[in-house]
Amino acid sequence: MKNHLLSANDLSREEAITILTTARELRRVSDGGQKKLPTLRGRAVVNLFFEDSTRTRISFESAAKRLSADVINFSAKGSSVSKGESLKDTAQTLQAMGADAVVIRHGASGAAQRLADSGWISASVINAGDGTHEHPTQALLDAFTIGEKFGLDTYDFTGLKVGIVGDILHSRVARSNVLLLKKLGAEVTVIAPPTLLPVGVELWGVQVSYDFDAALKELDVVMMLRIQSERMHDLFFPSAREYSRAYGLDVARLSTLKSKAIVMHPGPMNRGLEISAESADSLQSVVLAQVTNGVLVRMSVLYHLLAGAVNA
Amino acid sequence: MKYLIIGGELADGTRSDLLLADGLIAAMGVDLDKSEATLIDANGCKILPGLVDLHTHLREPGREDSETVLSGSTAAVVGGYTAISAMANTNPVADTAGVVEQIFRLGVAAGLCDVFPIGAVTQGLNGENLAEIGAMANSAARVRIFSDDGKCVFDPLVMRRALEYVKIFGGVVAQHAQEPRLTVDAQMNEGLISSQLGLKGWPAIAEEAIIARDILLAEHVGSRLHICHLTTAGGVDLVRWAKSRGVNVTAEVTPHHLLLTDEEVVGYDPIFKVNPPLRTQSDIDALRAGLADGTIDIVATDHAPHPAEDKDCEWQAAAFGMLGLETALSIVVKTMIETKLMTWPQLVERMSIRPAEIAGYSEQGQEIAIGSVANLIVVNPSTTRTVDRNKMASKSRNTPYHGMVLPAVVTHTFYKGKLVLSPEGVQH
Repeated sequence: MKNHLLSANDLSREEAITILTTARELRRVSDGGQKKLPTLRGRAVVNLFFEDSTRTRISFESAAKRLSADVINFSAKGSSVSKGESLKDTAQTLQAMGADAVVIRHGASGAAQRLADSGWISASVINAGDGTHEHPTQALLDAFTIGEKFGLDTYDFTGLKVGIVGDILHSRVARSNVLLLKKLGAEVTVIAPPTLLPVGVELWGVQVSYDFDAALKELDVVMMLRIQSERMHDLFFPSAREYSRAYGLDVARLSTLKSKAIVMHPGPMNRGLEISAESADSLQSVVLAQVTNGVLVRMSVLYHLLAGAVNA
Repeated sequence: MKYLIIGGELADGTRSDLLLADGLIAAMGVDLDKSEATLIDANGCKILPGLVDLHTHLREPGREDSETVLSGSTAAVVGGYTAISAMANTNPVADTAGVVEQIFRLGVAAGLCDVFPIGAVTQGLNGENLAEIGAMANSAARVRIFSDDGKCVFDPLVMRRALEYVKIFGGVVAQHAQEPRLTVDAQMNEGLISSQLGLKGWPAIAEEAIIARDILLAEHVGSRLHICHLTTAGGVDLVRWAKSRGVNVTAEVTPHHLLLTDEEVVGYDPIFKVNPPLRTQSDIDALRAGLADGTIDIVATDHAPHPAEDKDCEWQAAAFGMLGLETALSIVVKTMIETKLMTWPQLVERMSIRPAEIAGYSEQGQEIAIGSVANLIVVNPSTTRTVDRNKMASKSRNTPYHGMVLPAVVTHTFYKGKLVLSPEGVQH
C-alpha cells in the first residue's frame, strides 16, 4: 500500500478489500470488549481542517484515539491560516512538530495531493475531503456498510445496483464512491439534473439518468447526496422545491424501493430537501450505521498506513 | 563593431557568410573582407531574422519581484527574440501615454532588444471606459496594439468602439477571448479530466463564442482584429472561416498550447496552470495544422513570470501563467519542424516576419539581405539542451519544461548589429 490515501483510485481492489476486512476485524475486537488498542501508541495524527466538518473530524479523532495515537486538532479558524499562512508553511510547521499522519480537509481540489507530493512533509497524508474532488474514507465506509447490510463478506459487489443521487458535479463523495464501487464490481448509476452532472461524466463508466423515478425501482442502494439550496442562485435548478420534487427521496419514492434496498446519506442531511424525514428515519435507512462504520474504517486506514511503517 | 558570421546557412538552406557593420547587414556571400571584424563561427547553424513576440508579460511596473523590463529583455535574447511586446496588465495598468512611455524607455535603457508596449483597451482593464488609445498611439512609444489581455473585452459595444477607434492610426485590437460568465472561477479545460479532478471547467465554447462575435464585429466595422492565444479546434475553424470571408483577422498560438494537454493537470501541479488552459490532443492537432497552413499567423509566447510562492501552493490558489521566451523556439522546432509539419522558412514567417508585419515593427522581421537591419540570430538546430528552471534568465522559475530535453539552441543574438547573446552569455 502507498504512503498516502488521496483518492479511492490509490487503492487496488485487493487493498480496498484488505482495509474493509481489517475494519470488520476491528469491529469484532471492539464488540469483544476491547475498545482501545495500543497499536499506534506514540504516533501523532494531526487533523488539519481548513473547512468546518465536525462529524468527519471527530470520526478521525475517535479512530486515532481508539488506536492510542496522539491526536492534534488543527483547525484553520483562529489559527495562523486565517491570517494568510500558506498551506506549505502550515504543513512544514506540522512536520517540524513531528506529525506521523496528516488528515486533511481542504476546500481546494487537489490540496491533499499537493501536501503529499510537494516534498513539504514526510508524514502520511489522508484525504478527508478536498474541494469537489474526493473523499476516499467516505467511500470506504459506504462500501463497508453495503457489505454489512447485504452480507457480502468478500466485498464482491457484482450485480449490485447502486444509484448516487443529487449534486454529482460538486460532490467529492460521489467521485470517490464511483471509483471504489466500480472497483468492487457494482453497477453505478448517477442520477441528477444535467446541470449538476459534470461535462465528461459520460466517460466515467457509469449509467447516467435524469429520471429518478425510472431509475429508482432497479436500485439495491440509494445513495443520496447533500444538496446546497444556494445552488439555485447559480442557476443549477429553479428552486429548492422543484429540486426536491424531482430528486428528493420522499415517502412516495421510498415506497417504490425494492424491499431489501437500503438508503444511504453521507450527512449532514437536509431533511425535507433531498431526503424526507420519513425516508431518513425509515427501516431502510442505514445513515447511523454509516457513522459507526466510519470510525472502524478510519481506524483500519490509519492502521494500514502507520502500523506498517512501524514494522518496516 | 563589425562581425563576420562564417559558415552558416539561411533558413532555406542557402550557404552565406554575413558581414555586419553599422547595425546593418553590410555584405553577404563567401570570402568577405575579414578586416576589423570579429569572427562568429556558425558552422552547422542557421542564421535567421531575430524572433518577434507580440505577447510578453514583463511585470514592470508593479511586480518587479517576478520580472523587470531588463530581466525580460535578457530572457528574450536568450530565446532568440530581438523584439518583444509588453502586455498592458501591469500595476499601474499601461493605459496612459505616461506608462507606455515609461516601459518603452526602460526597454531602450536595457538595450538588448526592442520593447514595444501594448496599450490597454479600457481604463484599468475595467472593460467599460476606453483608455486614451490615441494618446498612447501618438506617444514616444507609438503604440499600435491594444489589449486588455488577462481579461476579455467582454462588452460588445466596447469592443466595437475599440475596433473602430484604432482605425485612425491603423492599430489592431488583440483580444483575450474568454466569455466571463462561462468561466467564473474556471481552473482548467472542461472535459473528462476536470470532471475527475473536481476542478471547475473552462469550456472551449467560452473562447469560441467571443472569437465568433469579434470576427463578425471586425467585419462589420472593417477593422483589424488579432486573436490572442488560440487554444481550441473550434477557434481554428472560426478563424479559417473568417479569413475565407476576407475578414481582417490574425491569430496567435503559444508554444505550450502546441505541446501540452490537460492531462498534465493530473497531479495538481500549478506549474501547468495557465489561462487559457491546456486543452486536449485533438485541439493540439488542430492548432498545429492551423499554424502550418497559415490560418494561425504567428506563434506568441504569453511569457508570464510568477514568483515561487504563487506556484508553490494548492492549484486553486495558484496564479495562471508560465514562462515562454527562453523555450519558444525549441518548442516550435519540436512540435512543427521535427514533425515535418513546417519548414524553417515557415517558422521564420510565423515567429519573425508575420508578427513584425502585424505590429508594424518595421525594423524587425526583415529579409536577410544587404542593407537590412542586423536583427539576427544564430541557431544550432542539431544540438539539444536540458531545461533547468534554476538557470533561466528570467527572474522567475515557472517553466513547465523543467527537465525536458529540447532541440535547437540559440547561440548568438544580434540586435541592431550589436552582439547581445553569445555562448559566453548575455552581453549587457
